[in-house]
Amino acid sequence: MASPPRTEDRATAPMTASPTAPPRRRRGTLLRTATPYLYLLVPLAFLVVFTYVPVVNIGWYSLTSWDGLAPTKTFVGFDNYVEIATRPELLAVFRTSLYYLGASVVQIVLALYFATILSFDVRFRNLFKGIIFFPYLVNGVAIAMIFLYFFQPGGTLDSTLQAVGLEDLSRQWLGDAGTVNYSLAGTSVWRFLGLNFVLFLGAIQSIPGQLYEAAELDGATRWHQFRYLILPGIRPVVGLSVILAISGSLSVFEIPWIMTAGANESATFVIQTVDFAFKFRKYGLASAMAVVLLVLILLVTWVQRRVVPDEKVDLS
Amino acid sequence: MRVASAARYLSLVGAGLVVLLPIVVLVLAAFKTRDEYASTGPFTPPRDWFNVDNFATAFTDGGMLRAFLNTSIILVVALTGTILIGSMAAYAVDRFEFRFRRTVVGLFLFATLVPSVTTQVATFKVITSLELFNTRWSAIALFLGTDIISIYIFRQFIQGIPRELDEAAEIDGANSLSIYWRVILPLCKPAIATVVIIKGITMYNEFYIPFLYMPDRDLAVVSTSLFRFKGPYGAQWEVISAGVLLVILPTLIVFLALQRFIYNGFTAGATK
Repeated sequence: MASPPRTEDRATAPMTASPTAPPRRRRGTLLRTATPYLYLLVPLAFLVVFTYVPVVNIGWYSLTSWDGLAPTKTFVGFDNYVEIATRPELLAVFRTSLYYLGASVVQIVLALYFATILSFDVRFRNLFKGIIFFPYLVNGVAIAMIFLYFFQPGGTLDSTLQAVGLEDLSRQWLGDAGTVNYSLAGTSVWRFLGLNFVLFLGAIQSIPGQLYEAAELDGATRWHQFRYLILPGIRPVVGLSVILAISGSLSVFEIPWIMTAGANESATFVIQTVDFAFKFRKYGLASAMAVVLLVLILLVTWVQRRVVPDEKVDLS
Repeated sequence: MRVASAARYLSLVGAGLVVLLPIVVLVLAAFKTRDEYASTGPFTPPRDWFNVDNFATAFTDGGMLRAFLNTSIILVVALTGTILIGSMAAYAVDRFEFRFRRTVVGLFLFATLVPSVTTQVATFKVITSLELFNTRWSAIALFLGTDIISIYIFRQFIQGIPRELDEAAEIDGANSLSIYWRVILPLCKPAIATVVIIKGITMYNEFYIPFLYMPDRDLAVVSTSLFRFKGPYGAQWEVISAGVLLVILPTLIVFLALQRFIYNGFTAGATK
């Protein structure tokens, strides 16, 4: 992700080139040393205050029994973490993530399929590309509303089923603990498929065209082209998508929070964390949950760095 | 071969239907009157396609006008800030060699990994102690201080600007500030466009930050206003539909106008 640090020789080059007179050089170098910090002052201030202070603070709050209001915070050591580890219902919400993880698999496979067929000559290519990508840009609250309407009794889904004679399948899509997570995970696929799709499409299009021609001359079928040419060519982007899918599944929040508020066993870990903090005023415990999630996500990212080393994935 | 080709188009049309159907039914509902909505199914077209009452209700009673105004103010300020912060940081990191350079780069990199919703518990206290709660500055400050991917987009771009340009300007007597302002920033226009598009869309769509930090009704943005439709219009789907469409419309227009930039921007943003 970050480009490798530059070689040192670049740094000295402008200095030796500068034609300043010897008496003024001292001031010049001092200013020069300070200059980068002056540029970084404001960006770093925002970064520290709004990202790092909160990160450090959840670490500190997680060791207290704070309610979020009291002026003093009582230090309780690792009690909150012990509570998370010993109350199975607090970790059970991670089960919800499995639905989203499963949905991500469907999402990545579908995205691969559509990216592959749309990278070849197809009529209305741009139209289909636009349609598949557009949901990714749509406001999350609007998506939640669209799918509340879609899943409501007698709504879009039920009417469609009725139109094709499958009305027996109708049920309380969001009100039934057995189906709610499938419905919500499906909504998530609808929303995020477009990003995977466009990433894959960009990667596939950066594979040189001659390779396909050569493969065709050798008698390769479309499947062979996909298996031995496209898939290896876009491996880094697929790897990235898998990681995004895993960390995304762990931190699902917006759609289920707006659509069901976590009712009927659709609560996710983040919904639970937010509820404990702002609803039940258990800041200490909520902070510990946030730390657990943060560590999990960093772990997943670290594994990605190990598995997919810093290959150049910039294929746009 | 013909069967394969037919299957391909069939799958594309199927995907198109799955994407569009949930939205199209809202278009149908948004033009219906209340009685009409109650008495017809989701696929029945409205009797009068020029019945814009629901849009008017959403716009005035639903506070969408104020919402668009608030969102615009926040967007303009936060985007300007993001461009300045991202380009300044990228310029410093790319054009200067200094002791804590790697640390600084690492700090920005790590920050993009922190899912902001997890730290809200503590962010909330930061916002309240800075007395930004219930002001537009809360959202602006958080947009400027979290997930600063703009620095990557600018950095990649600045790396491609030849250093000879800086040096030529320096020989002409320009100091680093005027090099940044007159040489680097104007050349960064494509990067600025990318940042404006991807950050602009993200900010426009952001829900939880304004919901949590700006509960005041007068400060409602597009997302939070639409969210509030759930209460008073509970089952009035014809009004909610109109609200949803009002929210989607600007996105659709921007998408149609700037397709190329949007695809490239989001590819660059996601792969950093």
